Amino acid sequence: MMERSAAVKLRVDQEKCQGHNRCYMLAPELIDVDDMGTAFERNEDGSVPAELEEKAQLAADNCPEFAIVISED
Amino acid sequence: MADTQPVNDWATDFDILDEGYIADPFTVWEDLRGRCPIAHTERRESAFLPTKYDDVQAFSKMVPELSSADPLVIAAPEAIQQTEHFKKYGANSPPISSDPPEQVWTRRLLLPHFTPKAVEPHRQYTEELCNELIDGFIETGEADAAGQYAQQIPPRLIAKMLGVDESMTDDFTYWVRAVLELGLADPELRMKYRDVIRQFFRDTVAERRDNPGDDLISHFLAATDPDGNPIDPEIVIGMCNLQLVAGIDTTWSSIGSALWHLGSNPSDRQRLAADESLYPTALEEFLRFYSPVTMARVVTENVDYNDVSMCPGDKVIMNFPGANHDPDAFENPHEFQIDRKVNRHVAFGAGIHRCAGSNLARMEMDVAIKTWMKRIPEFEVSKPDEVTWAGGQVRGPRYLPVTF
Ligand code: HEM
Ligand code: SF4
Repeated sequence: MMERSAAVKLRVDQEKCQGHNRCYMLAPELIDVDDMGTAFERNEDGSVPAELEEKAQLAADNCPEFAIVISED
Repeated sequence: MADTQPVNDWATDFDILDEGYIADPFTVWEDLRGRCPIAHTERRESAFLPTKYDDVQAFSKMVPELSSADPLVIAAPEAIQQTEHFKKYGANSPPISSDPPEQVWTRRLLLPHFTPKAVEPHRQYTEELCNELIDGFIETGEADAAGQYAQQIPPRLIAKMLGVDESMTDDFTYWVRAVLELGLADPELRMKYRDVIRQFFRDTVAERRDNPGDDLISHFLAATDPDGNPIDPEIVIGMCNLQLVAGIDTTWSSIGSALWHLGSNPSDRQRLAADESLYPTALEEFLRFYSPVTMARVVTENVDYNDVSMCPGDKVIMNFPGANHDPDAFENPHEFQIDRKVNRHVAFGAGIHRCAGSNLARMEMDVAIKTWMKRIPEFEVSKPDEVTWAGGQVRGPRYLPVTF
């Protein structure tokens, strides 16, 4: 595997999230949903462990509201 | 122009109730995307039909310029619009027929009952139900997978959630079809069953007020509106109405389409039978490819969008199924890919009206298809020419003969 140069972060933009819950199904390790179906990050700082990076990307790529942002910092 | 004349040009005169379109809307959208991605018609009323993903997404965010006040693809008949009830309450199926702020608070009453965790307890019941239905025909080696199976599942779950007797399910199914399918071309039928459903819930709500339980109707009755007052009983009735109208034809169509697909495509059927881990992507691909639901908006102020000018009173058809086949949004959209990884489909809509029942619908699809495949892994559509499809508002097979 490639050397990890930056930590990957996942953020749910709750203004955009409409609760499709696709992300929760694809990456329950990273995302949970509240009583209204709105998604939020399980890790408060949004950090994504290396082995879950692919899942994080899948969650982002399947969100119909484009509400999940993946960044490297 | 007569509403039922054959279509001359789909770009300027589309007809979503056209028989050929119901059987195969895909080629129509493909043609339109290339030359006129937002089509128009004057049939029945002035209406626009977007065929591209980005346009459908953009329209779903145009609130309140595009209102949900009359969300069916064919406007409520004049006779309904003239009633005192309609003048006061409108289409009255909150939240689907509401705009904010009413849409927001009525939707919030529903959401907690439909999260992934909230629907999970209904899984076991759904499994038992599916097995019982299969027990009823498995010995005969043939079935109508639409009428004897797919159609039977959603109304029972809705009945259970509303705390209504299960024996009502055949009535529910017919009432909803009378409004959403048969009623689109038959205003009198639509009116009649609109009233039948409402009267049923008027009686049920009155009875439930005296005998509350742990069901959706009792929860609605116990809740308050934003002013802290008990909710107007007509709004509760409207919300119950929506549970039937939104939850039955839709889910039944998605289960039926999935079985149609598996019964017509042996290689996909064998792959799914051999590998349960394909279910999550398979379900989303069924939803994308066979998206059952088309909705509508009504324009409330002048909107200029790309080359199109829309005026107050025009209808906009929310063509979620067409969006899901747009090559700019999906790789090889006309191919059914059972393991499609990136699938940002909008079968459950987009924006503030995202299907509130989507997690329940997914659970029902998951259980219905898994249970069928476990018990009847080998089957085929036996008389493809006899399969009938409904469409326009909700698309799916209505008669689906299979042998096994
Ligand atoms: C596969 C099955 C289903 C499909 C494809 C589907 C599709 C849709 C779509 C596209 C919308 C958006 C309407 C709009 O934008 O105007 C919607 C809304 C809605 N659906 Fe579903 N639906 C399904 C099943 C269900 C079920 C089982 C229920 C509940 C029992 C349900 C309840 C609702 C409600 C309450 C809304 C209105 C949400 C709002 O306006 O805020 N649906 N559905
Ligand atoms: S998929 Fe997108 S819209 Fe759906 S819950 Fe996740 S973040 Fe929200």
